[in-house]
Amino acid sequence: MANRIPRVPVREQDPKVRATNFEEVCYGYNKEEALLEASRCLNCRNPRCMTACPVGLQIPRFIAEIVADNIAGAAAVIAEDSSLPAVCGRVCPQETQCEGSCVLGVKGEPVAIGKLERFVADYSRELEKPAVAEKVEKKGKKVAVIGSGPAGLACASDLAKWGYDVTIFEALHKAGGVLEYGIPEFRLPKDKVLRHEIDDVRALGVKIETNVIVGRTITIDSLMDKEGFEAVFIGTGAGLPKFMNIPGENLCGVFSANEFLTRNNLMKAWREDYLTPIHAGKKVCVVGGGNVAMDAARTALRLGAEVHIVYRRTEAELPARREEVHHAMEEGIIFDMLTNPVEVIGDEKGWVKALKCIRMELGEPDESGRRSPVPIPGSEFEIPTETVIMALGTSPNPLISKTTQGLETTRRGCLVANEEGATTRPGVFAGGDAVTGAATVILAMGAGRTAAKAIDAYLKER
Amino acid sequence: MYQILKKEMLTPAICRMEVAAPRLAAAAQPGQFLIVRADEKGERIPLTISDFDAERGTVTIVTQKIGASSADIIAYEPGEAFNDVVGPLGLPSEFMTMAPGKLAQQRYILIAGGVGTAPVYPQAKWLKAHGVPVDVIIGAKTKDLLIYVDEMREVCDNLFVCTDDGSFGFKGMGTNMLEKVVADGHQYTQAVIIGPMIMMKFTTLTCKKLGIPATVSLNTLMVDGTGMCGACRVSVGGKTRFACVEGPEFDGYEVDFDEAMRRQGQYKAEEAEANEKHVCKIGRGK
Repeated sequence: MANRIPRVPVREQDPKVRATNFEEVCYGYNKEEALLEASRCLNCRNPRCMTACPVGLQIPRFIAEIVADNIAGAAAVIAEDSSLPAVCGRVCPQETQCEGSCVLGVKGEPVAIGKLERFVADYSRELEKPAVAEKVEKKGKKVAVIGSGPAGLACASDLAKWGYDVTIFEALHKAGGVLEYGIPEFRLPKDKVLRHEIDDVRALGVKIETNVIVGRTITIDSLMDKEGFEAVFIGTGAGLPKFMNIPGENLCGVFSANEFLTRNNLMKAWREDYLTPIHAGKKVCVVGGGNVAMDAARTALRLGAEVHIVYRRTEAELPARREEVHHAMEEGIIFDMLTNPVEVIGDEKGWVKALKCIRMELGEPDESGRRSPVPIPGSEFEIPTETVIMALGTSPNPLISKTTQGLETTRRGCLVANEEGATTRPGVFAGGDAVTGAATVILAMGAGRTAAKAIDAYLKER
Repeated sequence: MYQILKKEMLTPAICRMEVAAPRLAAAAQPGQFLIVRADEKGERIPLTISDFDAERGTVTIVTQKIGASSADIIAYEPGEAFNDVVGPLGLPSEFMTMAPGKLAQQRYILIAGGVGTAPVYPQAKWLKAHGVPVDVIIGAKTKDLLIYVDEMREVCDNLFVCTDDGSFGFKGMGTNMLEKVVADGHQYTQAVIIGPMIMMKFTTLTCKKLGIPATVSLNTLMVDGTGMCGACRVSVGGKTRFACVEGPEFDGYEVDFDEAMRRQGQYKAEEAEANEKHVCKIGRGK
């Protein structure tokens, strides 16, 4: 019986060793392991995994190709729905999506869909490329995509496959958005994995223009009125860091996770031959409990610091993926739970010397059902630290909404868009974190695909 | 890639370059800045825009050699190209959006310190072109460090030049020059101060004493320049503001300069270490 085989464990770098380098944590499956794991799939007639996937990946079909030892075929099945399988296989929260819905998971361990997806992508990358997308008939219509993160790449890929002339405008000097500046090398290798998948998007005919800030260098109006773009997709993500608004937050040594991670990932500050500086020091407190907090903490650890995660609820409420929390703990990150900062304390030179916190306890559940943390009066204490990194979440950047007529935003600064991704301005679509606020790579990709369909329908009607 | 078309050393340490960046040149306005990343391993360096020409598709930047990264920028020669030039960043100067009626009542004094003279130039040029009375003070430590003296004379009503050591023009600092100019009977409704943080701090204090509202242009640390990293945050009127998207110009009276100066020096230790290791790329085969 196929389902008697236990889930094939994946090999990882030893925690003590990886805590000192930026090499990838997880090695992924080799072919033998992948074939064995793939054989566990029941190939359900009604695949719940597929329904749970925001981009609708044809999971049983690609796994069946692996079982048949046709890895190139598996890659081709995946490519129908995703241009970023090596990325998604690594960073998707499979436990709440495809794998969370796998029938095998009811009584045992679900099929390791993420690791299989990653295997297919890595294996076919290291061999020869499978057939590039077949030649499509050009539609002769220009679509602009703003932002080269997951939403933009997914939207652009679909539109290019359908024959549209697509240009992505990226504000930074490298394409990839959060995949490039946010997610660290040890979770998503840039040159080995990410560059390659972005090149695949380019191979579909998508042009990527870097160093163009829409809202400053050009505007949506100029794209549509002067440059002949008939539709625009905004996939600009949620790039603005939140701070706590507590005293001492502007002291030297207090950074947003965005700054810390951008210096390290996009600017490669961890490498000696790159010029951008980064400051971690001997001891770092990271405030927050999400994936970004884990990334910042594990980066600081690799730069040589003792690292504390300071979070106001308990381990059970940590919003980060279980795998990330598990990895962080294995590597020696210290978790200070039920702890909330009230002030950053500085020395006479204006540098951080301690983080003043208050102990919390869990009170009554709030509207979200989570028990909300309540401060315990008189329980203030100080954690001596050299560096404080704020990882409290992000909100959408107002650069575009402020410079585009007719684009409505919510009170939280998110773009208003309907289920298809249409904004309040005709011809302008949006999706991903720019609409929902900070979420996941795969939800952004799903939104990009949905909007691509809507753009196609809109342009066909015109 | 962004090709360097012209290069000129204004002083042994200050370099002027005209760089091809068509989209940027078409959008740039006085008061805004840009970011250069010279090569793959370089930092993203925010630089002021000292001129722009939409027709030629070029921007002019003036760089002073301070650390490893600015030295790398200066080492480029015409015909070579920077990896990345992005902008314009920040908001245009306040007068760009002022109602014409209000603008007509203004008398500007632009006060420039050192390399800060370069971004003052497009502001003076714009005001002069729009018939707004504008005087300029250029201050530098010594004669050899003065830049843009002749160019500036063409775009303002009165130019006052001072040097700390008296080697050219009035002997004294910009603050002394300003006091003298006002004592001589010149009147202003608005000052714009651009220069080193410490110079902007003290010039703002002098403006306050003289009752002249003062705008300053803050050259804070930055990575992306689009509001993403928050490295540029400054306290203005007790509130945290991002210089890259809400600035770079702020009301000088409200800026916490001491904090801004400390924050500007945040990576000094790391930079000193890097400078020691840095191999200068001048003369490298490209």
